[in-house]
Amino acid sequence: MLPENLKDNPVAASLEQADPGMLAGGNTDHNELTLEVVPEKILDVLRALKGQKFERLSTVTAVDRYPMEPRFEVVYQVQSVSRNLYVRLKCRIGGEKPEIDSATAVYASANWYERETWDLFGVVFKNHPNLTRIMMPDHWEGHPLRRDYPVHGHKYSYQNE
Amino acid sequence: MSETLTTTAETEHQGKSEPGHSRRMVLNMGPQHPSTHGVLRVVIELEGETVLKATPDIGFLHTGIEKQCEALNWQQVITLTDRVDYLANLSNNLVYSLAVEKLLELEIPAKAQWMRVMLTELTRINSHLVWLGTHALDIGAMTVFFLCFREREDILRLFEMFSGQRLMTSYIRVGGLALEPPRGWEKRVKTFIDTLPSRIDEYESLLNTNPIWLKRTKGVGRLPVEEMLEVGMTGPCIRAAGIPMDARKMMPYSSYEKFDFIVPTSTDNDVFARYAVRVAEMRESTKIVKQALAGMPEGPVQAAAPKVVLPDREKMKTQMESLIYHFKIVTEGISVPAGEVFQVVESPRGELGYYVVSDGTSKPLRVHMRTPSFGNLQALPNLIEDRMIADSIAIMGSLDFVLGDCDR
Repeated sequence: MLPENLKDNPVAASLEQADPGMLAGGNTDHNELTLEVVPEKILDVLRALKGQKFERLSTVTAVDRYPMEPRFEVVYQVQSVSRNLYVRLKCRIGGEKPEIDSATAVYASANWYERETWDLFGVVFKNHPNLTRIMMPDHWEGHPLRRDYPVHGHKYSYQNE
Repeated sequence: MSETLTTTAETEHQGKSEPGHSRRMVLNMGPQHPSTHGVLRVVIELEGETVLKATPDIGFLHTGIEKQCEALNWQQVITLTDRVDYLANLSNNLVYSLAVEKLLELEIPAKAQWMRVMLTELTRINSHLVWLGTHALDIGAMTVFFLCFREREDILRLFEMFSGQRLMTSYIRVGGLALEPPRGWEKRVKTFIDTLPSRIDEYESLLNTNPIWLKRTKGVGRLPVEEMLEVGMTGPCIRAAGIPMDARKMMPYSSYEKFDFIVPTSTDNDVFARYAVRVAEMRESTKIVKQALAGMPEGPVQAAAPKVVLPDREKMKTQMESLIYHFKIVTEGISVPAGEVFQVVESPRGELGYYVVSDGTSKPLRVHMRTPSFGNLQALPNLIEDRMIADSIAIMGSLDFVLGDCDR
């Protein structure tokens, strides 16, 4: 359901009109439009936005809210160059089995960003063409940007050597 | 970073080595190749001199900056932002400061804003000079490199004068600037900026009529504009394709709206157009710096926010209240209200966006850097596949990526 303060927002209202089940909330804090999307519907929302002249996906990343559940927020920044607008989409997914559909089917640029998010957070993007490590070496264990992964003191630490 | 890159050549090649049969070659370019401008590895599959498949392999310079941000105080992160893109450190300082200031809802004094504009434009000139020098060197024009680095040295001396550091300046801080600008800075900046246009003429006289340069760059590296947007390209590359996409105009920050400048574009969409756009940008930046010098407002360079900005040394030693604020900021760090922002600035390479999330404590919950090099490099296979291998060097140069910026 769309909160009251977003009823006047053209982007949010048009998405709500297309399918009332897509959005789970949102806000316009700091003059930035954030829409919370039901994780299963993320591809529908991205397709709808692409149809509204949002030409490019600026970035995909995640936030780890450990120990809260649902633990991960997968964040998409979508930009419309012709309308000069940014929209942030946010999907909350649990830490038990973090999975979400890959946005590569809609925006090609999601490819590396999703690889990075998988590498550093361990969020699996379903139907991604090449979901391999991009920043860390192939043999790396664990996902370093998770909050329960230590900053140092890991087995590869070079301190005290 | 991927160590198990499989190529179609390896699978097809087995048992097919009789003479006359088309044979593919896999060439490993980098990670220490000089024309890859840092530690980029590209696995290139060749048939003759045509590139069939290119697979960029990044991550060699991954230093976990985003992870380290979560372990440091809000102000300490500034020193890490320098190290993200070591050719545009002030742009990175600026975007982080703007993001945190947005969360704090802090008002920045006019002088600090104008100084920020001036310094980031000098950064742009600096970055474009390094790019032009190394790009021309890749293609075989050596003199340009020496000339560009001569001017770059002048800019680095200016940065050293302002901040005490040539590269890792950390000069733009949350709440304003780190220090008052030094005595006599106006004269030094003015001397430099007055000579720059004639120096840019000098580079152009070496390149614009050079037949080798023109043959190597004109009509090379084209890609449809829609595809460029689709794969995440930004900055001078997208402007050379005809889209005037520039955060300084589209969503002005740090009072860019008060400056008179144009966003250079071109419709040729080739390596030469990217060169032309960047050279035109250097001239526009010169104009902006001149305007900043002429109309520099008076006043403080730090916001009146005692809970965020460290007090003056003199006050700290004589006033109880200032001492308490100083102690609190140094020991605990500043606390930033919970929230999230995505702040975009136009770095020399393109759209530089920081997504900063706070949970109300004295350390960031998450700092994500949307860096232009990462997005531009993603387009590399689209740009060089089915083209000649010699062109791939010119195309790679024209993207102007910095691997520190890409790998973070």
